[in-house]
Amino acid sequence: MRIELSVNGEPCEADVWEGESLLYALRERLGLPGSKNACEQGECGSCSVLLDGKLVCACLVLAAQAEGHEIVTVEGLAEDGRLHKVQEAFVAAGAVQCGFCTPGLVVATADLLARNVYPSDDDIREALSGNLCRCTGYAKIFDAVRMAAASL
Amino acid sequence: MARLIRTEKEVEGRYEEVWIVVDEDALDRWPAGPLTTVGQRVPRVDGLARARGQALFTADLQLPGMLHTAVLRSPYARARVISIDLEPARSAFGVRAVIGPADLDQLTDEPGYVGHAVAAVAADTFGQAQAAAERIVVEWDVLEPLLDADEAVRQESFVSDVANYERGDFERGLGGADVVVEAEYRTQVVVHNSLETHQAVCHWEDDGITIYISTQYIWGIRASMADHLGLPPDKVRVICHAMGGGFGAKNSPGDYTPIAAELAKRTARPVRCALTRREENVAAGNRNATIQRLTAAATTDGTLVALGGDFVNAVGYSGWSATTEGPMKMLYACDNVRTTQYPAKLNLPPMAAFRAPGFVEGTFGLECLLDELAVKLGIDPLELRRMNYADSDRTDDRPFSSKNLAECYRRAEPHWAKRDEVRARSRGPWKHGIGLASQIWYGGGGPPSYAWIRVGSDGRAQVVTAMQDIGTGTRTAMAQIAAEELGIPLDHVQVSLGDSARGPFASISAGSSTVPSMGPAVRSAAADAKRQIIEIAAQRFHLEERVLDLRDGQIVSTDGGSWPLTEVTGLLESGQILGQGARGPNPAGMQVLTFGVQVAEVAVDVETGEVRVDKIVAIHDVGRVINALGAESQVEGGIIQGIGHTLSEERIDDPATGSILSRTLDAYRMPTIADVPEIVSELVDIPDEHLTNLGSKGLGEPPIIPVAAAIANAIRDATGAEIRSLPITREEMLRALREAEAREKERRGAAAAV
Repeated sequence: MRIELSVNGEPCEADVWEGESLLYALRERLGLPGSKNACEQGECGSCSVLLDGKLVCACLVLAAQAEGHEIVTVEGLAEDGRLHKVQEAFVAAGAVQCGFCTPGLVVATADLLARNVYPSDDDIREALSGNLCRCTGYAKIFDAVRMAAASL
Repeated sequence: MARLIRTEKEVEGRYEEVWIVVDEDALDRWPAGPLTTVGQRVPRVDGLARARGQALFTADLQLPGMLHTAVLRSPYARARVISIDLEPARSAFGVRAVIGPADLDQLTDEPGYVGHAVAAVAADTFGQAQAAAERIVVEWDVLEPLLDADEAVRQESFVSDVANYERGDFERGLGGADVVVEAEYRTQVVVHNSLETHQAVCHWEDDGITIYISTQYIWGIRASMADHLGLPPDKVRVICHAMGGGFGAKNSPGDYTPIAAELAKRTARPVRCALTRREENVAAGNRNATIQRLTAAATTDGTLVALGGDFVNAVGYSGWSATTEGPMKMLYACDNVRTTQYPAKLNLPPMAAFRAPGFVEGTFGLECLLDELAVKLGIDPLELRRMNYADSDRTDDRPFSSKNLAECYRRAEPHWAKRDEVRARSRGPWKHGIGLASQIWYGGGGPPSYAWIRVGSDGRAQVVTAMQDIGTGTRTAMAQIAAEELGIPLDHVQVSLGDSARGPFASISAGSSTVPSMGPAVRSAAADAKRQIIEIAAQRFHLEERVLDLRDGQIVSTDGGSWPLTEVTGLLESGQILGQGARGPNPAGMQVLTFGVQVAEVAVDVETGEVRVDKIVAIHDVGRVINALGAESQVEGGIIQGIGHTLSEERIDDPATGSILSRTLDAYRMPTIADVPEIVSELVDIPDEHLTNLGSKGLGEPPIIPVAAAIANAIRDATGAEIRSLPITREEMLRALREAEAREKERRGAAAAV
């Protein structure tokens, strides 16, 4: 089936089959590999994207469900060629190690800060506990979120 | 002149003798402490690409016409294939090739564990390959599996020889002891679960093969795949630009790389073979379970007079047997030590190295036992460790190249001194306590490793070496080292790595060896380029070489002269200055090791068995620190992995069939950001003056080693309960509490009877 959707502000079309995930369509058909596939069943958060401004795991959304909706991926967070503050903060705080979970964490953090300008540590724990990281130990991710919150 | 020497090489605690050619001038030692770039807190040079989602992982690679693979894996722990029919898969939609046990060594008709690869399908999409693999018809003869490690020892089912060790006279030491403690400790199977699963894309081109792979060892993949395919190594090109975590599991080609290579050959197309998350939890390697039956004996003054243990490594169907007894042999100055290590071969998935294999498990047993001994002796646990401090490697009496564990203990004192304060936080069912554990491990790296560097007319440098950055920040550390030596800004250095066809041989990124193996080669290459720049500058400015140096992007002379570097390099136009460097040998006759201590503060709910880690203080001695920010992040990452190992992570095996029951991340239970305690990390930043031109050791593994014992010892401090088994589930916690209660009752009864 053919779907039409908006990805990172651009209108897109894709030929997908009925059971295909939005993650698959983004990575394999639309040339946007930033959202990572690490579990394919909503357990790790590596494929976090915004669907009409709402944080979702792209692996749990059917591509067909995205028909007519607006998607923002990690590739679309930077505006006018400038990095999003969250991306800058993740690098400056040392919250990036292998980087496979980073795109998902960056999107989830951007979503948190859009809703909550001054998140407490518990707010951060709650908001990001669905994003698994195996390298950093998360301590620098706290730092990055606080740094980004302060700069926004 | 090139010198040929014989030297010792160590990876993950396994030694081999190697010949190397040494061709380097000794360089001046950099002063201790942070320098201009080295030792500073430097954000990743490749961080932005990762934060933007632009870093190219093997998982992201798209090649024209690329096919995808599904692997049929054995559902039985031990079985024989009576017959296999691949035809239904061959005729399925989208399928391009199907291979079975007759086609490839890595596919078996006698599987020895659940997940053993039997057949593989390449199709246009992964979904098609998976659907086709399900159509393969196998008739099985299901056999009785061997799943119990003690039973394997009884049957003498081993993957290698039983390892016996004794120094002094264990029995005699025991006979002279005032206090003896004995205990059995068990550790579980844990899985690496890197976020990027094991995978490779193989593509035959130019009568050779290109392998894109998520790996910790580009050159190891090149050598083993060349051997497997019967090709000269230079016909095998291995590429890994970014990789999503390894932790020891990605040192070899696995089954997926030979499978992809064979399917690519048969279809004349690029073929991806990527493990699913479920396969990752079954067939990608694991930290094996252990059983440790240990004895520690001391005289009343705290002198350890005997240490002994039987260590059973439940290795699985294949793999190697790590030195779980290592900490018992090496950590303390005990004269009488006897250990036996049994490498049990079982019908369970094979082990793979996992962040300090053997020492994580062995430190849990030894350091818990030492605290039990301290309680019986009535000696402060930190004091007991100091009393038995080893001044040389007691396995062969070699001196240490450097050892600052005493300094680590000294820095731990203020945290340790808070014991009463921490205990006083206990309220109602929540009991608070504090515990510590020491760390010993390898991490000296070794030769060979090489780097090239080129400096262009713009005065910028490019480091070229065919190593891999496994996510630890290698590009950044190597750029810092080159910038420091050349006296140029960090952003004037690029690092090109990740491709065996571009640059010289580089070592494995395992065994905490990347910085200590590669860093000295990069410094040596930069020094070679710097020497040439100074030679040219001396001619240009009519000065003696000895009065010139490079600093802050300038050529400077001792009499105060200063010229931009580009005034000399600019003369070259398209010409370049080429430097090359090699890693020299480790110091002869010395043992190179890393050390540390961690202090844990925990709270235990004695009614529910819930354990909460409030704080971990980690103090490690790894020689010179290259990137203070990256080092801190390594420490934190090791600690949180250690907390997972201690409290929640466990691969669940069906004891009757050997099937793996925990195949998803939800079932496996890795720590999340909600589980993070306060972490204080401190590095004793003292360069090892005998080790290389940097004095740096590795840091990847040390921080995970003492975590479990420090937590278990804090639990004993809080509750009196003795933890014997990992992970410390609520069941284990409640069992230990009941046992402590019964012991206390018995003690009171005995006291009343007197």
